[in-house]
Amino acid sequence: MTVVVRTEQLTKRFPGGLLAVDHVDLEVHEGDLFGFLGPNGAGKSTTIRMLLGLIFPTEGTVEVLGQAVPRHAQRALLDVGSLVEGPGFYPYLSGRRNLTLFDAAGAGGSRRTRDARIDAVLERVGLAEVGRRPIKAYSMGMRQRLGLAAALLRTPRLMILDEPTNGLDPQGIHELRSLFVELVRSGTTVVLSSHLLAEVEVICTRAAMMASGRLVAQDRVDALLAPTGTVLIESPDAVDAAATLRSRQLLVEWIDATHLRAHLDGYPSEDVNRLLVDAGVRVSELSRERRSLEDVFLDLTGGETADAARAVLPAPVVDGAPGGPWAGSYPAPSDGARDGSSVGSSETPSATAPPPPPSPPNEWPDPVPTPGGSR
Amino acid sequence: MIAVELSKLLRRPRTWVTITLLAGLPVIVGIFLKTTGIAPRPGSGPALLSEVLNNGVLFPAAALALILPVFLPVGVAVIAGDAIAGEASAGTLRYLIARPVSRSRLVLSKIVMALCFILLAVVIVAVVNFIAGAALFGIKPLTSLSGTGLTTKEALLRTLLSIAYIGWSMLGLAGIALFASTRTDSPLAAALTALAAFVTSQVLDLIDAARVIKPYLPTHYWLSFVDLFRDPILWRGIQRGVLLQAVYMIVFLGGAWASFNSKDIKS
Repeated sequence: MTVVVRTEQLTKRFPGGLLAVDHVDLEVHEGDLFGFLGPNGAGKSTTIRMLLGLIFPTEGTVEVLGQAVPRHAQRALLDVGSLVEGPGFYPYLSGRRNLTLFDAAGAGGSRRTRDARIDAVLERVGLAEVGRRPIKAYSMGMRQRLGLAAALLRTPRLMILDEPTNGLDPQGIHELRSLFVELVRSGTTVVLSSHLLAEVEVICTRAAMMASGRLVAQDRVDALLAPTGTVLIESPDAVDAAATLRSRQLLVEWIDATHLRAHLDGYPSEDVNRLLVDAGVRVSELSRERRSLEDVFLDLTGGETADAARAVLPAPVVDGAPGGPWAGSYPAPSDGARDGSSVGSSETPSATAPPPPPSPPNEWPDPVPTPGGSR
Repeated sequence: MIAVELSKLLRRPRTWVTITLLAGLPVIVGIFLKTTGIAPRPGSGPALLSEVLNNGVLFPAAALALILPVFLPVGVAVIAGDAIAGEASAGTLRYLIARPVSRSRLVLSKIVMALCFILLAVVIVAVVNFIAGAALFGIKPLTSLSGTGLTTKEALLRTLLSIAYIGWSMLGLAGIALFASTRTDSPLAAALTALAAFVTSQVLDLIDAARVIKPYLPTHYWLSFVDLFRDPILWRGIQRGVLLQAVYMIVFLGGAWASFNSKDIKS
């Protein structure tokens, strides 16, 4: 597996003594949709800026696409598209003109194909109609899209995006997610940072978590979210359910009058379902409990940073109600509602969750082969 | 990168507003002189202005003399102070560096941009006011400040030389503003820093107690361009002025380069 980003013992101490990044070893593989997570102030942006040659490390090394940064940043960054803490444009110029100047700056943008490439990226981010308007007239969401268009302009091998969904409405976020998935499918590696853990949980294949400048986890998302060995049961006959399960030596916790948590300890979850039904217990819902990235994060950082994290993370799950501002736009549980019981994630039990909203029209068209690109 | 910078300079409304104001002020003064017929007495008032009522040939040079003490430096400080700090505050600096554009090349293209602005400004001011001078006061053979006659051709040549000298005189200030521009993310702060340096230099140049350092002040030889209209031309002040500006430029441009190449871009 080709490593496209590697940092070793990467450290940044700012003048004044603030240790923003503390001996971080990151590794992003080709083809990853890599989530870079942590609360505000954890050091994500500083790390990303070091990847892009904007901030000089105090210690440690950075390698991007096989080249050392900042020493060979001129070569390394040619194939990198980036979005760092919001887009930046010249407000007195049109969106198109901004892209033209941006492409003309530095090496690598062929003048011959420039117009065609600009047309293609504007189309791709849904700004084809408004490209000639001055930036002053753009909404925040439009600027964010134009920033992405700029990042896509040279068909990069690697996209490094810092908080790309900041300032977007739920529909914009949905469209962006589709775009990221498209990009990865077409062979681009995408690194995206976010303080919204749930957002990353939905689309990323691998993730790293930072807290207080240190890397606290780095793994495949499905490994981080491995089942916990417990099931959640909702039943009007919860007392009978508890008795039935305890008769099989399973540890049962009460959540409330109709909800139980059973610790399986190796007992197959599908057998729990049969056991209850055979005992005449009515089951409204039965789901394997999974941890969310938020739970993982809080476990890893302990009490020390939990408060700071909670302040910026989606609200914790209470009584099975989906938490967090974007909970309504989660995809429906993929393997839910099989035989009267559902096996969804613990955050979205289908019995209590509102139905997912109809999918907004997808304004990100399928990727068109970009003329003149490096691939 | 230089082409990109020039494109931004030329497409920016601010550039043309600044130049219009610079060119417009002397025209207003000229109209007042023409309608009232009251010119400053020779030796008082702005340089060369006492002469223009008789002859429009001197008006472009007089116009530059009018904007030289305040307006031109303010314009230069604003444009050069905006060079890097303006990119930082617009959020475009991080994208240029990550594009990637090398930091040295960016500083270089910024100073070229500032030089082009200065050149553009003084040439447009001179051309506009040549036309205004010709229209208001007419073109006649010139009498030099030393009292000998000059042909119109010679007068124009000397006007061209004075345009070049005045443009060159702005180099030191542009260097200072560009250096300040690498040290802050606020274009206003950078422009004000350069203006503070400029005012300090002007003040020190006025007081006798600062006599020892006067020849090294960046504004000290600015008005030496008047010597181009003497016969024969007094080259001493002009030569020193040219050299001094070059030294300021090199020192501060080097400072800007070193400062920017080691700077963490947090904007």
